[in-house]
Amino acid sequence: MKREKQLLKGNYAIAQAAIEAGCQSYFGYPITPQSEIGEYLSTKMPELGRAYVAAESEVAAINMVLGAGSTGVKAMTSSSSCAVALMQEGLSFIAGDEIPCVLVSVMRGGPGLGYIYPSQGDYYQATKGGGNGDYKIVTYAPASVQECVDLTYKCFYVSQKYRTPVCLLADGMIGQTMEPAVIGEYPYEEIDQSDWALDGAKDREPRFIASIEREQESLRKRVVKIFEKYNKILENENIFEKYETEGAKLVITAFGSIARIAKAAVKLARKNGLKVGLFRPVMLNPFPEKLVAEIAQKVDGILDIELNCGQMLQDIKASIANCASTIPVKFYGRPAGVMMTVEEIYKQIENVYKEIVEKKYGTACI
Amino acid sequence: MEQLVYKKPDSIKDDFKISFCPGCDHGTAVKLVAEVLDELGVREKTIGIASVGCSVFSYDFFNLDIVEAPHGRSMAVATGVKRSKPDKIVFTYQGDGDLASIGLAETIHAMTRGEKVTAICINNTTYGMTGGQAGPTTLIGQVTTTTTSGRKAELSGYPLKISEILKEVDGTAYVARVTLDSPAAIMNAKKCIKKAFEAQIKGLGTGFIEILSTCPTNWKMTPQEAHARVRGEMSEVFKPGVYKDKVSEAL
Amino acid sequence: MGRIVLNRDRCKACYLCVDACPKKVLGADNQVNALGYYPVKVNNVEECIGCAMCARVCPDIAIEKVYR
Repeated sequence: MKREKQLLKGNYAIAQAAIEAGCQSYFGYPITPQSEIGEYLSTKMPELGRAYVAAESEVAAINMVLGAGSTGVKAMTSSSSCAVALMQEGLSFIAGDEIPCVLVSVMRGGPGLGYIYPSQGDYYQATKGGGNGDYKIVTYAPASVQECVDLTYKCFYVSQKYRTPVCLLADGMIGQTMEPAVIGEYPYEEIDQSDWALDGAKDREPRFIASIEREQESLRKRVVKIFEKYNKILENENIFEKYETEGAKLVITAFGSIARIAKAAVKLARKNGLKVGLFRPVMLNPFPEKLVAEIAQKVDGILDIELNCGQMLQDIKASIANCASTIPVKFYGRPAGVMMTVEEIYKQIENVYKEIVEKKYGTACI
Repeated sequence: MEQLVYKKPDSIKDDFKISFCPGCDHGTAVKLVAEVLDELGVREKTIGIASVGCSVFSYDFFNLDIVEAPHGRSMAVATGVKRSKPDKIVFTYQGDGDLASIGLAETIHAMTRGEKVTAICINNTTYGMTGGQAGPTTLIGQVTTTTTSGRKAELSGYPLKISEILKEVDGTAYVARVTLDSPAAIMNAKKCIKKAFEAQIKGLGTGFIEILSTCPTNWKMTPQEAHARVRGEMSEVFKPGVYKDKVSEAL
Repeated sequence: MGRIVLNRDRCKACYLCVDACPKKVLGADNQVNALGYYPVKVNNVEECIGCAMCARVCPDIAIEKVYR
């Protein structure tokens, strides 16, 4: 594998990064805009003596991942929106079973079949989930092809270290974008899985991996233990980007592809003298509430920008409410279909800035 | 000198708990699977898949590594295990509702791929654990809690003949339907279960066993009456026998 | 001459073994066991031929060992 910069498509970058990370088993079913991942791995995995199975459905794919993950190998599936919806039951079981695995979710526009246009409409699906019970899917959202590589590595590492399902939440734009990126070596230590994984009960007691708990107290303890893990993940594995937030009066919050365009708009705003910054959570779940609260205490307002009708917005608002801040939170969103331009976002920034910041201080004071 | 002629198989835990109702054939079925694993000498490299239904409590008795599958997904989970660890012996233990209703797609496709695993299906013509509702194998005329005046074909279709369907699937190497209603039937069932594991071990394809099983509680019968029903109306619709045997052909 | 090792507290009183025994060695106990059932008991051990039919049909593995 050449380690220099090359022109890469997001989906291929994810697929090759999975191989570099040591993904031993991949199971998937085609759906645009992520089908290249399965196509790529269908050739590469058998060449390396690893498992590739074209599953009969996403329901089967996620359960194959469950089985593979239960043996301790690095297992992955990839899918999109209405098909990730089919995996929710399996994800709930995997979370309850504490099985490590990686789900690559390349969002398309919904609801229902929607279409393949870029969208961030599955923030709720990834971070709130459709599966039953108390659990979280740890979620990272890349904003570039380079991050597709780096975060795929991170997903495998976190899943193996904490025995939890981890989601790489990309969108059609990131998946289909070609840009220069480097596929470096997998940078994390290998985590030994031999003390819990199934490999046949030889010279030890048999192991049972399941989500079922018949005793009330042990069911409660299991859920508490899982949530303690999420706290550790937030503490140790959080990734975010702060850009020009020092001294900013207005902070833009955005994740994934749209955060890149928002960053360009922030640069333009700074050039024009507006004290604007950007906060981009890369880890979306568990949500970095404290970081948002810290920002909220230093600024006059927040403008949340998403390619949906306001999903991360609810987490932003909750974070601010939790720290008893009363700053206004504005939202500029657009459901699936048309990407926002830098100019469109800049115009929104300018309007919100006038309304919140300049009204407060008067233009002369800024 | 006294000779030991029968003992609890090693593939059953020493502190096992059989959680099935009195007289239920499930207990005999798991015992046979355990005996076969012992005889094949593969206990220490076996991974079992527990499904949803009465069979979920496999970990109470199997002295084996076990992973639980969501309802119907056992054959997908088995695929994931086997493809990741091809040197292990992998089997599912499922009810007919799990394998042939909610999990029919996973079952047929895993067998179409010829996954080198063994599937054991308990066909008792009802959803046992949830209290005896009509399932995919409920016989015409059978009274259940959801067919209170008997299953009618025009309303709820016909019983699904699992073995007849799966013998037509190219990836299966061994398909048999057995009963447990007499000592002779139990011995025969064990022979067939062994073949279904040999199909996997020899790499020939999927081994499948359908066990016509009793559910005395939900059938509201004594265990003896329940066995008579297996011999009678159940065996008339679901004909016991070996439907496919590539294992013997390969010898 | 045979002998069985019966764990009476595992028996759920289905009596499938009673029917399976060719020598009619087994019958119902009149004392309940830990599970609340009237388990099987060995009535006439001298008749037992150690054929293990009872153990094979027992769904609860209550007959743990058979000797001959």
